[in-house]
Amino acid sequence: MSGDNEETQTTENTPMDEKQVQDKVISPEKSEEAKLKARYPNLGNKPGGSDLLRKRLQKGQKYFDSGDYNMAKAKIKNKQLPTAAPEKTEITGDHIPTPQDLPQRKPSLVASKLAG
Amino acid sequence: MAGAGGGTSDVQWCFSQVKGAIDDDVAEADIISTVEFNHSGELLATGDKGGRVVIFQQEPESKNQPQCRGEYNVYSTFQSHEPEFDYLKSLEIEEKINKIRWLPQKNAAQFLLSTNDKTIKLWKISERDKRPEGYNLKEEDGRYRDLNTVTTLRVPVFRPMDLMVEASPRRVFANAHTYHVNSISVNSDCETYLSADDLRINLWNLEITDRSFNIVDIKPTNMEELTEVITAVEFHPNQCNTFVYSSSKGTIRLCDMRASALCDKHAKQFEEPEDPNNRSFFSEIISSISDVKFSHSGRYMMTRDYLSVKIWDLNMESRPVETYQVHEYLRSKLCSLYENDCIFDKFECCWNGNDSVVMTGSYNNFFRMFDRGYRQDVTLEASRENSKPRSVLKPRKVSTGGKRKKDEISVDSLDFNKKILHTAWHPLDNIIAVATTNNLYIFQEKLN
Repeated sequence: MSGDNEETQTTENTPMDEKQVQDKVISPEKSEEAKLKARYPNLGNKPGGSDLLRKRLQKGQKYFDSGDYNMAKAKIKNKQLPTAAPEKTEITGDHIPTPQDLPQRKPSLVASKLAG
Repeated sequence: MAGAGGGTSDVQWCFSQVKGAIDDDVAEADIISTVEFNHSGELLATGDKGGRVVIFQQEPESKNQPQCRGEYNVYSTFQSHEPEFDYLKSLEIEEKINKIRWLPQKNAAQFLLSTNDKTIKLWKISERDKRPEGYNLKEEDGRYRDLNTVTTLRVPVFRPMDLMVEASPRRVFANAHTYHVNSISVNSDCETYLSADDLRINLWNLEITDRSFNIVDIKPTNMEELTEVITAVEFHPNQCNTFVYSSSKGTIRLCDMRASALCDKHAKQFEEPEDPNNRSFFSEIISSISDVKFSHSGRYMMTRDYLSVKIWDLNMESRPVETYQVHEYLRSKLCSLYENDCIFDKFECCWNGNDSVVMTGSYNNFFRMFDRGYRQDVTLEASRENSKPRSVLKPRKVSTGGKRKKDEISVDSLDFNKKILHTAWHPLDNIIAVATTNNLYIFQEKLN
Protein backbone atom coordinates (compact mmCIF):
# COMPACT_ATOMS: atom_id res chain seq x y z
CA MET A 1 0.00 0.00 0.00
CA SER A 2 2.75 2.37 0.92
CA GLY A 3 4.37 1.25 -2.30
CA ASP A 4 1.27 2.34 -4.23
CA ASN A 5 1.24 5.76 -2.56
CA GLU A 6 4.84 6.32 -3.38
CA GLU A 7 4.18 5.44 -6.95
CA THR A 8 1.37 7.96 -7.38
CA GLN A 9 3.39 10.67 -5.68
CA THR A 10 6.34 10.06 -7.97
CA THR A 11 4.26 10.19 -11.14
CA GLU A 12 2.59 13.41 -10.00
CA ASN A 13 5.88 15.15 -9.35
CA THR A 14 7.67 14.17 -12.54
CA PRO A 15 5.51 16.02 -15.12
CA MET A 16 5.88 19.29 -13.17
CA ASP A 17 9.66 19.02 -12.97
CA GLU A 18 9.86 18.12 -16.62
CA LYS A 19 7.77 21.14 -17.59
CA GLN A 20 9.99 23.47 -15.54
CA VAL A 21 13.09 21.99 -17.09
CA GLN A 22 11.52 22.21 -20.53
CA ASP A 23 10.64 25.86 -20.05
CA LYS A 24 14.20 26.70 -19.16
CA VAL A 25 15.68 24.60 -21.94
CA ILE A 26 13.30 25.59 -24.70
CA SER A 27 13.26 29.32 -24.25
CA PRO A 28 16.21 31.09 -22.67
CA GLU A 29 14.91 33.98 -24.76
CA LYS A 30 11.60 33.96 -22.96
CA SER A 31 13.25 34.00 -19.56
CA GLU A 32 15.39 36.92 -20.72
CA GLU A 33 12.23 38.64 -21.91
CA ALA A 34 10.66 38.13 -18.50
CA LYS A 35 13.74 39.66 -16.89
CA LEU A 36 13.50 42.69 -19.15
CA LYS A 37 9.81 43.20 -18.52
CA ALA A 38 10.44 42.96 -14.79
CA ARG A 39 12.97 45.78 -15.00
CA TYR A 40 10.99 47.93 -17.39
CA PRO A 41 7.28 47.36 -16.78
CA ASN A 42 6.38 50.17 -19.17
CA LEU A 43 8.06 48.50 -22.09
CA GLY A 44 4.79 47.77 -23.80
CA ASN A 45 3.67 44.73 -25.64
CA LYS A 46 4.86 45.71 -29.07
CA PRO A 47 7.60 43.35 -30.15
CA GLY A 48 10.92 45.20 -30.23
CA GLY A 49 10.15 46.79 -33.54
CA SER A 50 8.52 49.96 -34.66
CA ASP A 51 9.60 52.27 -31.83
CA LEU A 52 13.18 51.25 -32.32
CA LEU A 53 12.92 51.64 -36.07
CA ARG A 54 11.57 55.12 -35.80
CA LYS A 55 14.31 56.07 -33.36
CA ARG A 56 16.82 54.71 -35.85
CA LEU A 57 15.39 56.82 -38.67
CA GLN A 58 15.65 59.92 -36.52
CA LYS A 59 19.32 59.41 -35.76
CA GLY A 60 21.24 62.66 -36.00
CA GLN A 61 18.23 64.85 -35.41
CA LYS A 62 19.11 67.83 -33.34
CA TYR A 63 16.76 70.52 -32.24
CA PHE A 64 18.11 73.98 -32.58
CA ASP A 65 16.24 77.20 -32.34
CA SER A 66 18.38 80.31 -32.48
CA GLY A 67 15.89 82.21 -30.35
CA ASP A 68 15.97 79.60 -27.62
CA TYR A 69 19.71 79.36 -27.92
CA ASN A 70 20.27 83.06 -27.49
CA MET A 71 17.90 83.21 -24.56
CA ALA A 72 19.68 80.32 -22.94
CA LYS A 73 22.99 82.02 -23.55
CA ALA A 74 21.66 85.14 -21.86
CA LYS A 75 20.53 83.15 -18.86
CA ILE A 76 24.02 81.70 -18.40
CA LYS A 77 25.31 85.14 -17.58
CA ASN A 78 22.98 85.30 -14.61
CA LYS A 79 23.17 81.80 -13.22
CA GLN A 80 24.60 78.38 -13.84
CA LEU A 81 22.38 76.35 -16.11
CA PRO A 82 22.22 72.67 -15.18
CA THR A 83 24.17 70.77 -17.77
CA ALA A 84 22.04 68.21 -19.57
CA ALA A 85 22.91 64.62 -18.89
CA PRO A 86 24.11 63.10 -22.15
CA GLU A 87 21.34 60.52 -22.29
CA LYS A 88 20.57 58.43 -25.29
CA THR A 89 19.25 61.02 -27.72
CA GLU A 90 15.70 61.72 -26.76
CA ILE A 91 13.33 62.50 -29.54
CA THR A 92 11.74 65.42 -27.74
CA GLY A 93 13.02 68.95 -28.20
CA ASP A 94 13.00 69.78 -24.51
CA HIS A 95 16.69 70.25 -24.15
CA ILE A 96 17.88 73.66 -25.25
CA PRO A 97 21.50 73.59 -26.36
CA THR A 98 23.83 75.95 -24.61
CA PRO A 99 27.26 76.98 -25.88
CA GLN A 100 28.92 74.33 -23.71
CA ASP A 101 26.71 71.58 -25.08
CA LEU A 102 27.16 72.23 -28.75
CA PRO A 103 29.59 69.65 -30.05
CA GLN A 104 32.58 70.63 -32.07
CA ARG A 105 31.77 70.10 -35.70
CA LYS A 106 35.18 70.63 -37.16
CA PRO A 107 36.51 67.84 -39.37
CA SER A 108 39.40 65.87 -38.01
CA LEU A 109 42.59 67.50 -39.21
CA VAL A 110 44.67 64.77 -37.67
CA ALA A 111 45.75 61.91 -39.88
CA SER A 112 44.46 58.44 -39.11
CA LYS A 113 46.59 56.49 -36.64
CA LEU A 114 46.40 53.51 -38.98
CA ALA A 115 48.69 55.42 -41.30
CA GLY A 116 51.13 56.22 -38.53
CA MET B 1 49.93 30.60 -53.85
CA ALA B 2 47.08 29.74 -56.13
CA GLY B 3 43.61 29.42 -54.77
CA ALA B 4 42.40 29.88 -51.26
CA GLY B 5 43.45 26.91 -49.21
CA GLY B 6 41.46 24.01 -47.88
CA GLY B 7 39.35 23.65 -44.81
CA THR B 8 39.95 24.88 -41.32
CA SER B 9 41.14 21.41 -40.46
CA ASP B 10 44.47 21.95 -42.16
CA VAL B 11 44.71 25.74 -42.23
CA GLN B 12 46.56 27.45 -39.44
CA TRP B 13 46.52 31.18 -39.15
CA CYS B 14 49.38 33.30 -38.01
CA PHE B 15 49.85 36.92 -37.19
CA SER B 16 51.28 39.16 -39.86
CA GLN B 17 50.75 42.78 -38.92
CA VAL B 18 48.70 45.12 -36.77
CA LYS B 19 47.98 48.76 -37.67
CA GLY B 20 46.90 51.53 -35.37
CA ALA B 21 47.66 52.97 -31.97
CA ILE B 22 48.43 50.81 -28.98
CA ASP B 23 46.95 53.03 -26.32
CA ASP B 24 43.63 52.07 -24.81
CA ASP B 25 42.24 55.57 -24.98
CA VAL B 26 40.45 55.38 -28.30
CA ALA B 27 39.44 58.62 -29.97
CA GLU B 28 36.00 58.46 -31.63
CA ALA B 29 37.48 59.35 -34.99
CA ASP B 30 39.79 56.33 -34.93
CA ILE B 31 37.00 53.78 -34.73
CA ILE B 32 37.25 51.66 -37.87
CA SER B 33 33.93 51.49 -39.69
CA THR B 34 34.69 49.53 -42.86
CA VAL B 35 37.38 47.25 -44.34
CA GLU B 36 37.58 46.12 -47.97
CA PHE B 37 40.11 44.38 -50.23
CA ASN B 38 40.13 45.41 -53.88
CA HIS B 39 39.49 42.85 -56.61
CA SER B 40 43.09 41.72 -56.89
CA GLY B 41 43.73 41.77 -53.15
CA GLU B 42 46.69 44.01 -53.68
CA LEU B 43 45.01 46.94 -51.97
CA LEU B 44 43.20 47.05 -48.63
CA ALA B 45 41.06 50.05 -47.72
CA THR B 46 39.76 51.08 -44.33
CA GLY B 47 37.32 53.83 -43.41
CA ASP B 48 36.83 55.31 -39.97
CA LYS B 49 34.41 57.35 -37.92
CA GLY B 50 36.45 60.48 -38.57
CA GLY B 51 35.69 60.27 -42.29
CA ARG B 52 39.21 59.21 -43.25
CA VAL B 53 40.22 56.49 -45.66
CA VAL B 54 43.54 54.66 -45.37
CA ILE B 55 44.65 52.39 -48.19
CA PHE B 56 47.32 49.74 -47.67
CA GLN B 57 49.21 48.05 -50.46
CA GLN B 58 50.64 44.58 -50.44
CA GLU B 59 54.38 44.88 -50.35
CA PRO B 60 55.43 44.08 -53.95
CA GLU B 61 58.66 42.41 -52.91
CA SER B 62 56.97 40.21 -50.34
CA LYS B 63 54.11 39.19 -52.60
CA ASN B 64 55.98 36.25 -54.00
CA GLN B 65 57.55 35.17 -50.75
CA PRO B 66 55.09 32.78 -49.11
CA GLN B 67 56.20 33.64 -45.59
CA CYS B 68 55.52 37.33 -45.77
CA ARG B 69 52.91 37.84 -48.43
CA GLY B 70 50.61 39.25 -45.77
CA GLU B 71 52.64 42.41 -45.54
CA TYR B 72 50.68 45.56 -46.24
CA ASN B 73 52.00 49.09 -45.97
CA VAL B 74 50.35 52.48 -46.19
CA TYR B 75 49.77 53.48 -49.79
CA SER B 76 47.47 56.46 -49.52
CA THR B 77 45.35 58.25 -46.95
CA PHE B 78 42.83 61.02 -47.37
CA GLN B 79 39.87 62.74 -45.79
CA SER B 80 36.87 61.38 -47.65
CA HIS B 81 33.95 62.99 -45.85
CA GLU B 82 33.55 65.84 -43.43
CA PRO B 83 30.90 66.48 -40.80
CA GLU B 84 27.97 68.50 -42.03
CA PHE B 85 24.84 70.01 -40.61
CA ASP B 86 21.61 70.10 -42.56
CA TYR B 87 20.07 73.28 -41.25
CA LEU B 88 16.79 72.77 -43.04
CA LYS B 89 16.12 69.43 -41.37
CA SER B 90 18.09 70.15 -38.22
CA LEU B 91 20.07 67.03 -38.91
CA GLU B 92 23.64 66.33 -37.98
CA ILE B 93 25.40 64.39 -40.73
CA GLU B 94 28.23 62.21 -39.48
CA GLU B 95 31.41 61.94 -41.47
CA LYS B 96 31.72 58.28 -40.58
CA ILE B 97 32.49 56.12 -43.62
CA ASN B 98 29.79 53.47 -43.68
CA LYS B 99 31.05 51.51 -46.66
CA ILE B 100 33.85 51.41 -49.19
CA ARG B 101 33.53 49.47 -52.43
CA TRP B 102 36.27 49.16 -55.04
CA LEU B 103 35.65 49.35 -58.75
CA PRO B 104 37.33 46.70 -60.89
CA GLN B 105 40.54 48.12 -62.28
CA LYS B 106 40.32 49.32 -65.88
CA ASN B 107 43.50 51.34 -66.26
CA ALA B 108 46.50 52.42 -64.25
CA ALA B 109 44.41 54.24 -61.67
CA GLN B 110 42.30 52.68 -58.91
CA PHE B 111 38.78 53.82 -58.14
CA LEU B 112 36.67 53.34 -55.05
CA LEU B 113 33.29 54.49 -53.80
CA SER B 114 33.04 55.65 -50.22
CA THR B 115 29.87 56.71 -48.48
CA ASN B 116 28.73 58.32 -45.26
CA ASP B 117 25.09 58.64 -44.20
CA LYS B 118 24.13 60.95 -47.04
CA THR B 119 26.74 61.33 -49.76
CA ILE B 120 28.61 58.84 -51.93
CA LYS B 121 31.92 59.83 -53.49
CA LEU B 122 33.98 58.29 -56.24
CA TRP B 123 37.69 58.60 -55.51
CA LYS B 124 40.49 58.14 -58.01
CA ILE B 125 43.78 56.93 -56.62
CA SER B 126 46.64 57.34 -59.04
CA GLU B 127 50.39 57.08 -58.98
CA ARG B 128 52.78 59.64 -60.19
CA ASP B 129 56.38 58.58 -60.57
CA LYS B 130 57.58 60.95 -63.28
CA ARG B 131 57.54 64.68 -63.63
CA PRO B 132 58.29 66.97 -66.52
CA GLU B 133 61.50 68.93 -66.24
CA GLY B 134 63.18 71.51 -68.45
CA TYR B 135 60.36 73.83 -69.43
CA ASN B 136 61.13 76.32 -72.10
CA LEU B 137 59.40 79.30 -70.52
CA LYS B 138 59.53 78.48 -66.81
CA GLU B 139 62.32 78.09 -64.31
CA GLU B 140 62.46 74.89 -62.31
CA ASP B 141 60.81 76.62 -59.36
CA GLY B 142 57.89 77.79 -61.49
CA ARG B 143 58.80 81.39 -62.06
CA TYR B 144 58.39 82.53 -65.59
CA ARG B 145 61.57 83.34 -67.41
CA ASP B 146 62.11 86.72 -68.92
CA LEU B 147 61.22 86.12 -72.58
CA ASN B 148 64.22 88.12 -73.71
CA THR B 149 66.49 85.48 -72.23
CA VAL B 150 64.87 82.65 -74.15
CA THR B 151 66.97 82.04 -77.21
CA THR B 152 66.54 78.36 -77.89
CA LEU B 153 63.65 75.92 -77.92
CA ARG B 154 63.75 73.37 -75.15
CA VAL B 155 61.28 70.53 -74.92
CA PRO B 156 60.51 69.32 -71.39
CA VAL B 157 61.34 65.69 -70.66
CA PHE B 158 59.83 63.37 -68.09
CA ARG B 159 62.26 62.40 -65.38
CA PRO B 160 61.66 59.86 -62.62
CA MET B 161 60.64 61.14 -59.21
CA ASP B 162 59.75 59.59 -55.87
CA LEU B 163 56.45 57.78 -56.09
CA MET B 164 53.54 59.99 -55.17
CA VAL B 165 50.06 58.54 -54.66
CA GLU B 166 47.27 61.02 -55.17
CA ALA B 167 43.64 60.65 -54.23
CA SER B 168 41.13 62.96 -55.87
CA PRO B 169 37.35 63.02 -55.68
CA ARG B 170 36.03 62.51 -59.21
CA ARG B 171 32.30 62.37 -58.54
CA VAL B 172 30.07 63.41 -55.66
CA PHE B 173 26.67 61.73 -55.56
CA ALA B 174 24.64 63.83 -53.17
CA ASN B 175 21.10 64.73 -52.17
CA ALA B 176 19.48 61.46 -53.11
CA HIS B 177 18.84 59.98 -49.69
CA THR B 178 16.41 61.18 -47.07
CA TYR B 179 17.42 58.44 -44.68
CA HIS B 180 20.81 57.03 -43.73
CA VAL B 181 22.80 55.21 -46.40
CA ASN B 182 23.80 51.79 -45.09
CA SER B 183 25.28 50.12 -48.16
CA ILE B 184 26.52 50.54 -51.70
CA SER B 185 27.19 47.92 -54.34
CA VAL B 186 28.92 48.21 -57.70
CA ASN B 187 27.30 46.37 -60.60
CA SER B 188 29.18 43.77 -62.61
CA ASP B 189 28.56 46.00 -65.62
CA CYS B 190 30.97 48.50 -64.03
CA GLU B 191 28.70 51.31 -65.15
CA THR B 192 26.11 51.47 -62.41
CA TYR B 193 25.86 51.04 -58.68
CA LEU B 194 23.23 50.86 -55.96
CA SER B 195 22.96 52.86 -52.78
CA ALA B 196 20.49 51.91 -50.07
CA ASP B 197 19.16 53.79 -47.08
CA ASP B 198 16.66 52.59 -44.48
CA LEU B 199 13.69 52.85 -46.81
CA ARG B 200 14.88 53.33 -50.38
CA ILE B 201 17.33 51.96 -52.90
CA ASN B 202 18.71 54.14 -55.71
CA LEU B 203 20.46 53.16 -58.92
CA TRP B 204 23.22 55.44 -60.16
CA ASN B 205 25.37 55.68 -63.23
CA LEU B 206 28.98 56.20 -62.19
CA GLU B 207 29.32 59.04 -64.70
CA ILE B 208 26.19 60.95 -63.73
CA THR B 209 25.86 62.72 -60.42
CA ASP B 210 22.82 64.92 -60.92
CA ARG B 211 20.26 62.15 -61.07
CA SER B 212 19.61 58.68 -59.80
CA PHE B 213 16.74 56.27 -60.22
CA ASN B 214 14.78 55.10 -57.24
CA ILE B 215 14.14 51.40 -57.73
CA VAL B 216 12.91 50.25 -54.33
CA ASP B 217 10.74 52.25 -51.96
CA ILE B 218 9.33 50.63 -48.84
CA LYS B 219 8.26 53.81 -47.11
CA PRO B 220 4.69 53.41 -45.85
CA THR B 221 2.31 56.28 -46.54
CA ASN B 222 1.71 56.49 -42.83
CA MET B 223 4.98 56.34 -40.92
CA GLU B 224 3.13 54.99 -37.89
CA GLU B 225 2.80 51.78 -39.87
CA LEU B 226 6.55 51.38 -40.29
CA THR B 227 7.51 47.83 -39.47
CA GLU B 228 10.56 47.09 -41.53
CA VAL B 229 13.69 48.85 -42.81
CA ILE B 230 16.30 47.96 -45.41
CA THR B 231 19.56 46.88 -43.83
CA ALA B 232 21.84 45.94 -46.75
CA VAL B 233 21.89 45.66 -50.53
CA GLU B 234 24.14 43.84 -52.98
CA PHE B 235 24.31 43.31 -56.71
CA HIS B 236 24.72 39.77 -58.01
CA PRO B 237 28.41 39.18 -58.86
CA ASN B 238 27.78 38.37 -62.52
CA GLN B 239 24.11 38.94 -63.34
CA CYS B 240 23.90 42.66 -63.85
CA ASN B 241 20.10 42.71 -63.60
CA THR B 242 19.86 41.02 -60.20
CA PHE B 243 20.29 42.39 -56.70
CA VAL B 244 19.18 41.46 -53.20
CA TYR B 245 18.27 43.52 -50.18
CA SER B 246 17.89 42.42 -46.59
CA SER B 247 15.56 43.76 -43.92
CA SER B 248 15.31 44.27 -40.19
CA LYS B 249 12.72 41.52 -40.08
CA GLY B 250 15.11 38.86 -41.32
CA THR B 251 13.90 38.59 -44.91
CA ILE B 252 15.91 38.90 -48.10
CA ARG B 253 14.28 39.98 -51.33
CA LEU B 254 15.79 39.31 -54.71
CA CYS B 255 14.85 41.71 -57.48
CA ASP B 256 15.22 41.57 -61.24
CA MET B 257 15.62 44.98 -62.84
CA ARG B 258 14.40 43.64 -66.18
CA ALA B 259 10.93 43.06 -64.76
CA SER B 260 10.05 46.69 -64.15
CA ALA B 261 11.55 50.08 -63.46
CA LEU B 262 10.38 50.05 -59.86
CA CYS B 263 11.40 46.86 -58.12
CA ASP B 264 8.99 47.06 -55.22
CA LYS B 265 7.68 43.66 -56.19
CA HIS B 266 10.37 41.14 -55.51
CA ALA B 267 11.13 38.19 -57.74
CA LYS B 268 12.04 36.01 -54.77
CA GLN B 269 11.69 36.34 -51.02
CA PHE B 270 13.95 34.36 -48.73
CA GLU B 271 12.68 33.85 -45.23
CA GLU B 272 13.07 31.12 -42.68
CA PRO B 273 9.77 30.21 -41.07
CA GLU B 274 9.68 30.91 -37.36
CA ASP B 275 8.00 28.86 -34.70
CA PRO B 276 5.36 31.22 -33.25
CA ASN B 277 5.70 29.53 -29.87
CA ASN B 278 9.31 30.62 -29.64
CA ARG B 279 8.56 34.22 -30.33
CA SER B 280 9.76 36.71 -27.73
CA PHE B 281 10.35 40.43 -27.42
CA PHE B 282 13.83 39.87 -28.81
CA SER B 283 12.92 37.67 -31.77
CA GLU B 284 12.58 40.41 -34.32
CA ILE B 285 15.59 42.35 -33.11
CA ILE B 286 17.94 39.39 -33.31
CA SER B 287 16.54 38.31 -36.65
CA SER B 288 17.47 41.64 -38.22
CA ILE B 289 20.02 41.00 -40.95
CA SER B 290 23.11 43.14 -40.58
CA ASP B 291 24.93 42.00 -43.73
CA VAL B 292 24.27 40.10 -46.94
CA LYS B 293 26.99 38.85 -49.29
CA PHE B 294 26.81 36.82 -52.46
CA SER B 295 29.27 33.98 -52.86
CA HIS B 296 31.88 34.55 -55.55
CA SER B 297 30.13 31.92 -57.64
CA GLY B 298 26.84 33.76 -57.44
CA ARG B 299 25.01 30.57 -56.55
CA TYR B 300 24.70 31.29 -52.83
CA MET B 301 24.29 34.23 -50.52
CA MET B 302 25.18 34.60 -46.89
CA THR B 303 23.30 36.61 -44.28
CA ARG B 304 24.37 37.63 -40.78
CA ASP B 305 21.88 38.17 -38.02
CA TYR B 306 22.72 38.77 -34.39
CA LEU B 307 23.45 35.21 -33.39
CA SER B 308 24.06 33.30 -36.60
CA VAL B 309 25.32 33.16 -40.16
CA LYS B 310 23.04 31.58 -42.77
CA ILE B 311 23.86 30.37 -46.25
CA TRP B 312 21.04 30.49 -48.78
CA ASP B 313 20.81 28.74 -52.11
CA LEU B 314 19.31 31.26 -54.54
CA ASN B 315 17.15 28.45 -55.87
CA MET B 316 15.47 27.85 -52.52
CA GLU B 317 13.51 30.56 -50.76
CA SER B 318 11.95 28.55 -47.98
CA ARG B 319 14.94 28.17 -45.69
CA PRO B 320 18.72 28.48 -45.61
CA VAL B 321 20.80 25.49 -46.67
CA GLU B 322 23.29 26.01 -43.86
CA THR B 323 23.12 27.77 -40.50
CA TYR B 324 26.13 28.45 -38.30
CA GLN B 325 25.85 29.62 -34.70
CA VAL B 326 28.29 32.40 -34.04
CA HIS B 327 27.75 32.85 -30.31
CA GLU B 328 24.63 30.99 -29.27
CA TYR B 329 25.63 31.40 -25.62
CA LEU B 330 24.47 35.01 -25.88
CA ARG B 331 20.86 33.93 -26.19
CA SER B 332 20.61 33.75 -22.42
CA LYS B 333 22.15 37.22 -22.08
CA LEU B 334 19.75 39.07 -24.35
CA CYS B 335 18.31 41.16 -21.55
CA SER B 336 21.62 42.79 -20.64
CA LEU B 337 22.66 42.98 -24.30
CA TYR B 338 19.48 44.95 -24.94
CA GLU B 339 20.20 47.27 -22.03
CA ASN B 340 23.72 48.05 -23.19
CA ASP B 341 22.61 48.31 -26.84
CA CYS B 342 24.93 45.53 -27.95
CA ILE B 343 21.95 43.68 -29.37
CA PHE B 344 21.92 46.33 -32.12
CA ASP B 345 25.54 45.75 -33.15
CA LYS B 346 25.85 45.21 -36.88
CA PHE B 347 28.26 42.41 -37.65
CA GLU B 348 29.47 41.84 -41.18
CA CYS B 349 30.48 38.56 -42.79
CA CYS B 350 32.64 37.46 -45.70
CA TRP B 351 33.50 34.53 -47.95
CA ASN B 352 36.93 33.21 -48.76
CA GLY B 353 38.08 33.16 -52.36
CA ASN B 354 36.65 29.79 -53.31
CA ASP B 355 33.50 30.04 -51.15
CA SER B 356 34.53 27.13 -48.95
CA VAL B 357 34.91 29.09 -45.70
CA VAL B 358 32.95 32.00 -44.23
CA MET B 359 34.04 34.38 -41.51
CA THR B 360 32.39 36.79 -39.12
CA GLY B 361 33.22 38.67 -35.94
CA SER B 362 32.05 38.43 -32.35
CA TYR B 363 32.84 39.99 -28.97
CA ASN B 364 36.02 39.97 -26.88
CA ASN B 365 37.88 40.54 -30.16
CA PHE B 366 37.00 37.02 -31.21
CA PHE B 367 36.21 36.14 -34.78
CA ARG B 368 34.82 32.91 -36.16
CA MET B 369 35.42 30.87 -39.30
CA PHE B 370 33.09 28.17 -40.56
CA ASP B 371 34.33 25.61 -43.04
CA ARG B 372 31.37 24.54 -45.14
CA GLY B 373 32.96 21.44 -46.53
CA TYR B 374 34.63 19.97 -43.48
CA ARG B 375 31.80 21.14 -41.22
CA GLN B 376 34.27 22.59 -38.76
CA ASP B 377 34.50 25.95 -37.10
CA VAL B 378 37.15 27.80 -35.21
CA THR B 379 37.26 30.81 -32.91
CA LEU B 380 40.33 33.03 -33.07
CA GLU B 381 41.28 36.20 -31.28
CA ALA B 382 42.77 39.45 -32.53
CA SER B 383 44.90 40.75 -29.72
CA ARG B 384 48.26 42.36 -29.20
CA GLU B 385 49.20 39.43 -26.98
CA ASN B 386 49.39 37.21 -30.03
CA SER B 387 51.26 39.71 -32.11
CA LYS B 388 54.68 38.20 -32.48
CA PRO B 389 55.52 37.96 -36.17
CA ARG B 390 54.30 34.69 -37.64
CA SER B 391 53.07 33.39 -34.28
CA VAL B 392 50.30 30.88 -34.83
CA LEU B 393 46.86 31.81 -33.53
CA LYS B 394 45.55 29.40 -30.95
CA PRO B 395 41.88 28.50 -31.19
CA ARG B 396 39.80 30.03 -28.40
CA LYS B 397 36.82 28.59 -26.65
CA VAL B 398 33.99 30.08 -24.66
CA SER B 399 32.77 27.83 -21.90
CA THR B 400 29.03 27.61 -21.78
CA GLY B 401 28.48 25.00 -19.13
CA GLY B 402 29.18 25.19 -15.45
CA LYS B 403 32.67 23.78 -15.64
CA ARG B 404 35.24 26.00 -17.22
CA LYS B 405 38.28 24.27 -18.58
CA LYS B 406 41.67 25.87 -18.43
CA ASP B 407 42.23 28.28 -21.33
CA GLU B 408 38.51 28.68 -21.80
CA ILE B 409 36.80 31.96 -21.11
CA SER B 410 33.41 32.20 -19.46
CA VAL B 411 30.58 34.13 -21.05
CA ASP B 412 30.51 36.62 -18.19
CA SER B 413 34.17 37.47 -18.69
CA LEU B 414 33.70 38.46 -22.31
CA ASP B 415 34.44 42.09 -23.06
CA PHE B 416 31.46 43.41 -25.00
CA ASN B 417 33.26 46.64 -25.80
CA LYS B 418 35.76 44.72 -27.87
CA LYS B 419 33.70 43.88 -30.92
CA ILE B 420 34.86 42.76 -34.32
CA LEU B 421 32.23 44.07 -36.72
CA HIS B 422 34.33 44.27 -39.89
CA THR B 423 36.39 41.53 -41.48
CA ALA B 424 37.64 40.98 -45.02
CA TRP B 425 39.15 38.04 -46.88
CA HIS B 426 41.67 38.40 -49.70
CA PRO B 427 39.88 37.38 -52.92
CA LEU B 428 42.55 34.94 -54.05
CA ASP B 429 44.66 34.01 -51.05
CA ASN B 430 44.41 33.07 -47.41
CA ILE B 431 45.10 36.52 -46.06
CA ILE B 432 42.49 38.16 -43.84
CA ALA B 433 42.00 41.63 -42.42
CA VAL B 434 40.23 41.89 -39.08
CA ALA B 435 39.27 45.22 -37.54
CA THR B 436 38.99 45.64 -33.79
CA THR B 437 37.70 48.97 -32.49
CA ASN B 438 40.67 50.99 -33.64
CA ASN B 439 43.25 48.50 -34.85
CA LEU B 440 43.55 46.56 -38.08
CA TYR B 441 45.01 43.06 -37.84
CA ILE B 442 46.31 41.17 -40.84
CA PHE B 443 46.65 37.41 -40.57
CA GLN B 444 47.90 34.94 -43.12
CA GLU B 445 47.81 31.21 -43.57
CA LYS B 446 50.80 29.50 -42.08
CA LEU B 447 52.77 27.73 -44.79
CA ASN B 448 55.40 25.20 -43.94
